[in-house]
Amino acid sequence: MSGQDSLLPPPTLALGPAGWLRQNLFSTWYNALLTIVLVAFLVPLVAVTLRWIVTEARWGVVTANLRLFLIGQYPFEEAWRIWLSLTMLSVLTGVSAGVYGGATVRTLATWLAAGQALLAALAAVSGLGPAVVLALVANAALVWVAFLAVRWRLRSVSHRLVGFAWLASIPISVILLQGIRGLPLPIVTSNLWGGLLLTFLLAIVGILLSFPFGVLLALGRRSSLPAVRFLSTAYIELIRGVPLVTILFMAAVMLPLFLPSNVRIDQVLRAMVGITLFSAAYVAENVRGGLQAIPLGQVEAAHAIGLNAFQTNRFIVLPQALRAVIPANVGLFISLLKDTTLVTIVGLLELLGIGRAVLAQPQWFGAQLEVYVFIAAVFFVLCYTMSQASYRLETALGVGTR
Amino acid sequence: MTTAPLDHVHAAVPPWRDVRVLRLGAQVLVVLLVLAVGLILWSNLTTSMNRSRLTFGLGFLDTTAGFEIAETPIRFSATDTYGRAFAVGLINTLIISVAGIALSTILGVIVGVARLSGNWLVNHLAAGFVEVMRNTPLLVQLVLLYAVFLQLPSVANAIALPGPIFLSQRGLSLPAPVFETTFGAWLATVVAGVLLAFIARSSGSRREAAGRPSYRLRQIGIVALVAIPVFGWIVLGAPFTVDPPILQRFNFIGGIVLSPEFSALLFGLVIYTAAFIGEVVRGGIQSVRRGQLEAAYAVGLTQRQTLRLVVFPQALRVIVPPLTSQYLNLAKNSSLAIAIGFPDLFSVSRTMSNQTGQPVSVIVLVMATYLAISLATSLVMNLYNRRIQVLER
Repeated sequence: MSGQDSLLPPPTLALGPAGWLRQNLFSTWYNALLTIVLVAFLVPLVAVTLRWIVTEARWGVVTANLRLFLIGQYPFEEAWRIWLSLTMLSVLTGVSAGVYGGATVRTLATWLAAGQALLAALAAVSGLGPAVVLALVANAALVWVAFLAVRWRLRSVSHRLVGFAWLASIPISVILLQGIRGLPLPIVTSNLWGGLLLTFLLAIVGILLSFPFGVLLALGRRSSLPAVRFLSTAYIELIRGVPLVTILFMAAVMLPLFLPSNVRIDQVLRAMVGITLFSAAYVAENVRGGLQAIPLGQVEAAHAIGLNAFQTNRFIVLPQALRAVIPANVGLFISLLKDTTLVTIVGLLELLGIGRAVLAQPQWFGAQLEVYVFIAAVFFVLCYTMSQASYRLETALGVGTR
Repeated sequence: MTTAPLDHVHAAVPPWRDVRVLRLGAQVLVVLLVLAVGLILWSNLTTSMNRSRLTFGLGFLDTTAGFEIAETPIRFSATDTYGRAFAVGLINTLIISVAGIALSTILGVIVGVARLSGNWLVNHLAAGFVEVMRNTPLLVQLVLLYAVFLQLPSVANAIALPGPIFLSQRGLSLPAPVFETTFGAWLATVVAGVLLAFIARSSGSRREAAGRPSYRLRQIGIVALVAIPVFGWIVLGAPFTVDPPILQRFNFIGGIVLSPEFSALLFGLVIYTAAFIGEVVRGGIQSVRRGQLEAAYAVGLTQRQTLRLVVFPQALRVIVPPLTSQYLNLAKNSSLAIAIGFPDLFSVSRTMSNQTGQPVSVIVLVMATYLAISLATSLVMNLYNRRIQVLER
């Protein structure tokens, strides 16, 4: 028994705060040096930044212009249409969270509710009026109401119905925002759209319209027909080889020239066309990655049971490939959302463009830092939450492990 | 028994079910469709250009530009041609791209290694940096940085950094090398050192591979690499002197001054791209399996040898392809210069397009130029990539 007595107890891993410090910050002499130098740099930097945020920055530029930042020059008396579109989005997200029940959708629903509640708080501080605050709070609540309603009562809502509702919601929103001639919905021309509203519209329309085009390009690039392959590859490489600003510039200047003289196309639509042409090439490369991940045996098996080329793609290849590229496309959507800032260069007033327009007013002349920090913070919150959701999605879908 | 002639077999398949006919037909159809769309667009383009009296052609490149450019690496004035203005923009873009690629690679490797550090503070700082950079738009970062650069103190109160480097409203003042007449001769000694080291290294490796003694040829080569230029320096005298910026009352004398526009653009592009390169580097290092490390230690390699001979070559293979696309992104992103007023290729071209009234020619020219830059970059990187990949037998 003496052998067992002489066994040492396992080394303790948790040594309290002091042990944690020694392990993570002062493990070797150079780590200790690094820590000390970094702390010496960081403390004054953080102190200066915090002092600026709390005492020096004139955040009035944000609260006074919050309406512009959110919806641009969209007439305020018509703004209820925007909140109504958001209501539709909230209900659909809540229903989807209830129907699918995955962690990702639920996280997104939580963030949508939290985001609208945050916006409501901002609107209350900025004096946008109680109606706006109420609408936003109601929307945030509706996310949960819809979720709980589906959970408790309506479990039988079919997936297909929810999918159709999502597809239908986009044109309905656009029509609602644009208005219809003749109905009590006056037209709001798209040159009045701006701010965060325009940022989102450009990104969402861009990714949705470019998706079918991108899938076709990806299939074309993998086609066994040389002419089709050549044309698809040429398009993809051409678009990926030039900067987005040149494409936006081309869309802004050359698109009207390419169209018959009786067709007029406004600035926002031109930017949407440019973004769509641009992102189609990137969607195509993502989808190609998904297509390459499908083992050849799947295609051979499909041919063996007598499916033709179209059926093979429609029922065997694409369902597997598109499922695998969902996270990559979320990443593409995030970078598209960031890239919409470039439309400022062709003169549209999305979030950054509105910021620059606000700064052109004499009373906010020296407030560049405040405006740009606010815009950066808005983008950070949006993109960070979406990228976290996409990581979860990746694990939920089991990409690469299935 | 008669064998059926081959013609008969072919005749058995009607053309509308013959794969070869179908394939050809499909391709002809697609090409015709693309051609038709192209023709419609082309005819619209020519009619609307005739209507608004626009013309094609690059003849305008030889006419006088009539505008000034703020930063000109080559001599340029308003009386020069549009062609020369375009060249100025192109050179500015190339300078920003090359400098940006070099600096962001260095910073990116530091960020990537920092993210793998065992020091909690270091890896969390690096992770925070990466998240902030990746989740905010580059354009917003650039205008923010430019706003910061414009709020720097005036020249008289410039921020002095060791170097001496001065930060002020006028931009970044750096020490500049001033080349003496002996610089060319000294450069020759450097080339000689490099050549000698290269020869010694390759012949040493060859002898070693053949099982013959290498006589420490590689170490001798490294000594030569350092010793010959140092010897040249002593014999020839200093090949260049450093001219530091000196703060006078209203301006700096000496050194070189990088404008706020150039500094903000370069700095913004470098830190943005470094965040992405950091992730690429981290992914590459993490892709080397643990077993490789353990095996290297098991056969008796030291930690340094393990890094140099086992981890680094394998990580590099994973790193280079995504690194290439980051380089391409940096070159393309340099076109955002227009938002902060740096006269790069796109910015100059846009002025040209407004002034000449020939937007179509200018856009085609700009896109072709960017495409050429992208293709050249990926060609170089693909050649390098081919060199470092595993030779499979």
